[in-house]
Amino acid sequence: MMISIASGKGGTGKTTVAVNLALSIPERGVQFLDCDVEEPNASIFLKPRIEETVSVSIPVPRIDQEKCDFCGECAKICAYHALAVLPKKVLVFPHLCHGCGGCSLLCPQGAITEQDREIGRVEIGHSNGIEFIQGKLNVGEAMPTPLIRVIKEKARRRGRWTNPASVTVIDAPPGTSCSVIEAIKGSDFCILVTEPTPFGLNDLILAVEVLKKLQVSFGVVINRSSMGDYRVDSYCQENHIPILLRIPFDREIATLYSQGIPIVQEKKEYIEDFRQMMDYIQELLPT
Amino acid sequence: MKQILIISGKGGTGKTVLTSSLAALAKAAVLADCDVDAADLHLLLHPVVKGTQEFWSGQKAVIDDGQCINCGRCLSLCRFEAIKALKNQDGSLKKIEIDPIACEECRVCYYTCPVGAIQMEDRLSGLLFISETKYGPMVHAKLGIAEENSGKLVALVKQKAQEIAQAEGKRWLIIDGPPGIGCPVIASLSGVDLVLVVTEPTLSGIYDMERVIDLAAHFGVLTKVFINKCDINWDNTRTIEEICQKRGIEVIGYLPFSEEVVQSLILGMPVVEYSKGMIAEEIITLWKKIEAIFQKEGKS
Repeated sequence: MMISIASGKGGTGKTTVAVNLALSIPERGVQFLDCDVEEPNASIFLKPRIEETVSVSIPVPRIDQEKCDFCGECAKICAYHALAVLPKKVLVFPHLCHGCGGCSLLCPQGAITEQDREIGRVEIGHSNGIEFIQGKLNVGEAMPTPLIRVIKEKARRRGRWTNPASVTVIDAPPGTSCSVIEAIKGSDFCILVTEPTPFGLNDLILAVEVLKKLQVSFGVVINRSSMGDYRVDSYCQENHIPILLRIPFDREIATLYSQGIPIVQEKKEYIEDFRQMMDYIQELLPT
Repeated sequence: MKQILIISGKGGTGKTVLTSSLAALAKAAVLADCDVDAADLHLLLHPVVKGTQEFWSGQKAVIDDGQCINCGRCLSLCRFEAIKALKNQDGSLKKIEIDPIACEECRVCYYTCPVGAIQMEDRLSGLLFISETKYGPMVHAKLGIAEENSGKLVALVKQKAQEIAQAEGKRWLIIDGPPGIGCPVIASLSGVDLVLVVTEPTLSGIYDMERVIDLAAHFGVLTKVFINKCDINWDNTRTIEEICQKRGIEVIGYLPFSEEVVQSLILGMPVVEYSKGMIAEEIITLWKKIEAIFQKEGKS
């Protein structure tokens, strides 16, 4: 089964929940995907041994100036303004290109071929029996989604994805836009992590809208639950959203986090909490 | 007019808390919330919306079942897994469907459909608000759920805010940025005079700060670092100082972890106005330092 961990707001504890859940259910054969490719942090806690690195590229146009007659068709059809045609020259802006292939397909002169441009890397490895895959977007690159697609593709090709007994844990990026959708898509269940503040509530409501649109079942984890107000609780109650787990604010947990140490490694009592959360999720899923 | 952008790489380090307080301290500022995905600045500044503008961006492919001949050409050409074939029970092709969420708006299917069964339809993908707050005008936005083009909406928010700042002769444009390092962050960065990176002394915070500093350097923008919750882990705070020193970046201020910040959030006000003590003092000092950067620049 696939469980994604998301939140509208950043810094609520997505990675904390994902990592500690993964470490608490070793018998399930866990696959861990860090899909927050702009700022991947799970490896700080899981310290995986990376065994394979894959470069991820998107195909961008290359113009054969011999064949090109400067008709301007490519620039006209490009939806991303990645091409500009001057009287005697074609300019390509590779950073704007989404790699759709339209220009090379439609160039009347057949003057456009494609060349790969790296936008990031996907790393595959293991950590304590967990199969680990993460993506890292190169700095200066704008598009995280192709990288997320490759992470999931690599995961799909490996055995654990298809084994119904095993669990694929996905650490998603913050927000509500395309990269979040790409990360969550196909999940059996999504854990929304929030905090009991007006920011947490505002962004939780946005994240709930995303999941309704994607038709993925979900529940809420309230992090730093002892610090804040009751509005997140009331919202969940009114909207019949299950609260899966509460993690109280604890300076010790904050310190462990700052050092890159998973909670369950030092505070074993939390293993049972995360295992119970997993059981609760199983109960919530349609059989 | 000077533009200050507050970003962090990692979410939840305190961008919005700091932005709201700088907004309260800067006289003559226009404020912009460029976190169009999950905007929160309005929860502290309580803008009164004066004008709303629709953000029509991009066009999604829509298929006309009546005209489609199920040839499957679009299916083979779409590189974004946005076109799906629904099969009959016997495995034959029943119908072609386009997933609007996966559609990247490239128009390849539209251009190549042999029978013209695909149209591109305009989409309302967000709303932009021009508002008034007690601290000055504010431009903010709401991107529709699961919409693309957040970068374009960010660019529009900034453009509107710049226009207002110029028209009203404001000295500052203070921008609350989005998390991450991707498209909306890159859009927020264009044309700014100072990037204030808010970080926290956690290994995640440090890693993400370095990536966002790299990004700002990539665009050649003056960058300063602010360490929030500096007392969570002093060793890491020292590490941040060392990293910044090596890169020639000034650590411009610090805040300790404080329940006052949480309380001010709950009351919905900038912490600089709620706190009576050190927290407020530190932020006031930060603002004075920012003012000094540009005063010096003005004299030279």
